[in-house]
Amino acid sequence: MAEVHFTSHLRKLVPDGPLSASGATVGEALTNLLAMQPHVRGYVLDDRGALRQHVCIFADGERLSRDSALSRSIGPDSKLYIMQALSGG
Amino acid sequence: MSDHLLVATRKGLFTIERKRSGWTANLIGFAGIPVTNALRDNGTIYTALKHGHFGPKLHRSDDDGESWRELAPPTFPADAADAPSLFQIWSLDSGGRHHPDRLWIGAIPAGLFRSDDRGESWQFVASLWNVPERARWFGGGYDAAGIHSVSPDPRDADRVFIAISCGGVWETRDDGASWSVLGKGLFAPYVPPEQAEDSAIQDPHRVVRCAAAPDVMWMQHHAGIYRSADAGAHWTRLSLPCDDFGFAVVAHPRDAQTAWFVPAIKDEIRMPRDGAFGVTRTNDGGKTWQVMREGLPQRDAYDLIYRHGLDVDESGERLAMGSTTGALWTSENSGARWQLVNAHLPPIYAVRFV
Repeated sequence: MAEVHFTSHLRKLVPDGPLSASGATVGEALTNLLAMQPHVRGYVLDDRGALRQHVCIFADGERLSRDSALSRSIGPDSKLYIMQALSGG
Repeated sequence: MSDHLLVATRKGLFTIERKRSGWTANLIGFAGIPVTNALRDNGTIYTALKHGHFGPKLHRSDDDGESWRELAPPTFPADAADAPSLFQIWSLDSGGRHHPDRLWIGAIPAGLFRSDDRGESWQFVASLWNVPERARWFGGGYDAAGIHSVSPDPRDADRVFIAISCGGVWETRDDGASWSVLGKGLFAPYVPPEQAEDSAIQDPHRVVRCAAAPDVMWMQHHAGIYRSADAGAHWTRLSLPCDDFGFAVVAHPRDAQTAWFVPAIKDEIRMPRDGAFGVTRTNDGGKTWQVMREGLPQRDAYDLIYRHGLDVDESGERLAMGSTTGALWTSENSGARWQLVNAHLPPIYAVRFV
């Protein structure tokens, strides 16, 4: 299970992080995680299901580009960080 | 007269309360978060947010801001043509006296959403989104067109008027089943001449109506100030002795001859002329105008009042306005004299008497 950390800006919504999520890609892990935390979904993904424009994801230390973030492969020991981008505040 | 205001700002939601010592401002929620509009309806406060990172959100409070509950914001259905992502909740309005549980949201992009359960669920008004004229709508100030004015007709439960930047003014007479573009007489100098009278590309910055005479409407257009006496079907451009660019307008609730506007120089210079800030008022349907400056800064002022940043209470005597510079003023005498409540609020998006 990948370990998923959320930005402190979302701590009110995810007070008990980090969370664990299964999946072979970032998108799968997020889908599984957000199914259990539906109130967080709209903060990470937009209403079309895309990663929000000003949210960025790091996987195992690598800052993922927005276009390809959800398809990035991850392993069972991966660490994901869901962060707010420095743009868009 | 109303002693309470809701003020939506770039950094939170404020209430402004009139006490014996004067008006005081209190931050009641969402510190640091942009609040794009707020409404108090039947004892509930609805607040529209636009998180810089996390998108548009909607919250409600049934105890005047002591506690908040997040509501699911409206979304464009996946099967809507060109279904976009919701960018911003721009307008937030009550359903009027015929529909006490109804709320309206005007969005950017220009989707109209209706709730008949006080915000618990939202229906997308597909009939408006599907009008063929939408292909000619375009953004004014934002990348996409948006709905900023929604006005239910107090005489007719099935009739609602809306205004779109830039998509003209529209009306339904069958509770949203179909829509007609209105706006004869409007003129858009910002498009090629042969399109200037196209009703569906007009940029009405804000449209309001007289509560007691609902056929009388006032419009701050991108190019000029207009009045309609037939609920938006035909418009007459009014001649002012001062600048007639701006965003905000309010109508007197009972006197169909009286309205207020807040001028700026012009579209590419959105600030008061010569740094001297004023409010314009007509008491005779737009034949003559007063520019009222008492109590407002007359040098080095760069304040601009956004579309929803000016309000008048039910008495028609008390006004309030909040600027992009974070200054908030009230008037007790129909705008003749203004008093500064706070010069240091965040940039103000909306001001509402409650």
